[in-house]
Amino acid sequence: MKKTLMKGNHAAGEAAVRAGMMLYAGYPITPSTEIMEHLSARMPEEGRVFIQAENEIASIHIVGGAYCTGKRAMTATSAGGFSLMQEFTAYASDAELPFVIINVVRSGRGIGSLEPGQDGYRQSVYGGGNGDYRQIVYAPNTIQEMVDDIYESFEIAEKYRIGVIILTESSMGQMMEPVIMPNYKFMEDRPDWAVTGKHKWDKGAGDWEGKKKSWFEKIERVNAEMQRYEESGLEDADHVVIAYGLTSRSCQEAVRKLRLRGEKVGFIRPKVLFPFPREAFSKINPSVKGIINIEATEFGQMLLDTAVTTKQSFERNIPVYAYNYGIGVPSVKEIIVKYDEIAQGYCKEVY
Amino acid sequence: MEDIVRLSNLIDAPAPTACPGCGHLLFFRLIREVLDELDLTEKAIHANGIGCTGVHRAWQNHGYVPLTAHGRAAAVATGIKRTNPEAFVYTFQGDGDAAVIGLAETLNAAYRNENICVFISTNAVFGLTGGQMSWATLPGQITTTSPLGRDPKNTGRPLHIPELIAREFPSIAYAARGTMNSPQHINQLKKMIHNAMQAQTNDEGYSIVECMSACPNNWHMSPLQCLEYIENEIIPEFPLGEFKKRGD
Repeated sequence: MKKTLMKGNHAAGEAAVRAGMMLYAGYPITPSTEIMEHLSARMPEEGRVFIQAENEIASIHIVGGAYCTGKRAMTATSAGGFSLMQEFTAYASDAELPFVIINVVRSGRGIGSLEPGQDGYRQSVYGGGNGDYRQIVYAPNTIQEMVDDIYESFEIAEKYRIGVIILTESSMGQMMEPVIMPNYKFMEDRPDWAVTGKHKWDKGAGDWEGKKKSWFEKIERVNAEMQRYEESGLEDADHVVIAYGLTSRSCQEAVRKLRLRGEKVGFIRPKVLFPFPREAFSKINPSVKGIINIEATEFGQMLLDTAVTTKQSFERNIPVYAYNYGIGVPSVKEIIVKYDEIAQGYCKEVY
Repeated sequence: MEDIVRLSNLIDAPAPTACPGCGHLLFFRLIREVLDELDLTEKAIHANGIGCTGVHRAWQNHGYVPLTAHGRAAAVATGIKRTNPEAFVYTFQGDGDAAVIGLAETLNAAYRNENICVFISTNAVFGLTGGQMSWATLPGQITTTSPLGRDPKNTGRPLHIPELIAREFPSIAYAARGTMNSPQHINQLKKMIHNAMQAQTNDEGYSIVECMSACPNNWHMSPLQCLEYIENEIIPEFPLGEFKKRGD
């Protein structure tokens, strides 16, 4: 397989084509638009459907219409566009309809800014719509991993009948990296839940008990089967750094440098944010002094999951420290400075 | 024999949950009849609206999809039809759904000339929420959110969807309005449904049929009074007829 240098957003669109996506509907929003631009040429080339819709609400409902009939479909968006889609994610989750959305996060509230950030975590992981539901959330930190995640995401969505969010960041969409594109694949058989003229939807209104049971079982299975993370140096760690996405790349390098300096630092990178990698926490040295959560948000969003999981995983009360970087991607140097402050006791834990 | 099979198709559907005298039921029955007459039932996939039309999806014994979010049916239908060109795809919505909250989806699907049928059952109120003003409410009409009668000065004039679509998006296949208040009108409405469905099966493009429907509960009238009200008050505001004929 040949490696090619590709822009993140173009690679994301192409990965979906390779994964057998039959329909793409979208609405332009920076920094996700190149996905749509790429697909506006590629989908017709493959004899598939591309629709520029009037807004994000329509885009995602067009995707839902296609997926109801068992045809792989996807949209990509960012920021306020993702907010508009929350009506759909709630309805689709109630119906246990699979869907795939790429959320190229840009930071800030409302119009926000175009700079990278990770404050789309809460909306993606907990679901921004009404009612209790969850989505499987991939959080790649390289373009190759993003391509592989997208390539797999449709099958995962269909397997569990759950929504899948690919959570990337504006820098990830805009930067270029060498990437190997996977081969073309297609949905093998029309799924048994697909609607046809003869076949109605099987998760109709009113069956609350059935739906509740089905969701509990789904979450249990997903929790057990989708534990995906990268970890290093947990066994003897005094401190463990946890980070995802682009932030995790700086953290990984910072941890490597600190290890060279002789610091006992461990590292966890969730590759999937829901379900949260609880399993990784069970590998941490029981006499660890603290967990350091690093993310590019203002108040800390993954921080809550890190805190809850820490409190659940240890008999002792292990302090959880937060480095809420705000907008952008923290540098290796900044992370090391923060680590030193924490390790030397100048920072107070937040949980 | 064939007729018996067709009839059984209709009888087979679960009991409707509509109020006595509801216009939706009649309109929907006509849609089902025409589906059978054109042999489309087994190819039909239906994206329904929310509110009364969402509740009535239980009438279905052919394919319907679960996304009943308010007003989005035309977008859902677009996704179904574009990926399943062999299917017959239609929406069944009320006026509050298709012409108020879903105005964007309804107009944009027509704008793109999607090859789908949109059936709007207009009763000039939000039915399931208990009779609030819709964009089709007549001037002066009393509803729970226009207790002194609708004042066009600050609430707008009644919205005429088929005319608007026929005028602004002339490449669509078919746009018409009928009603269900007399046998003559019911026959006329059925012909309109025929035209709309044939437009889709012939790949002519978007078609829309609006039916002015009675809502005895929220109009606070008997079913018979409703039929008179349609004749005397509604038809003068919402003229019946074809605003875009096939082949024009």
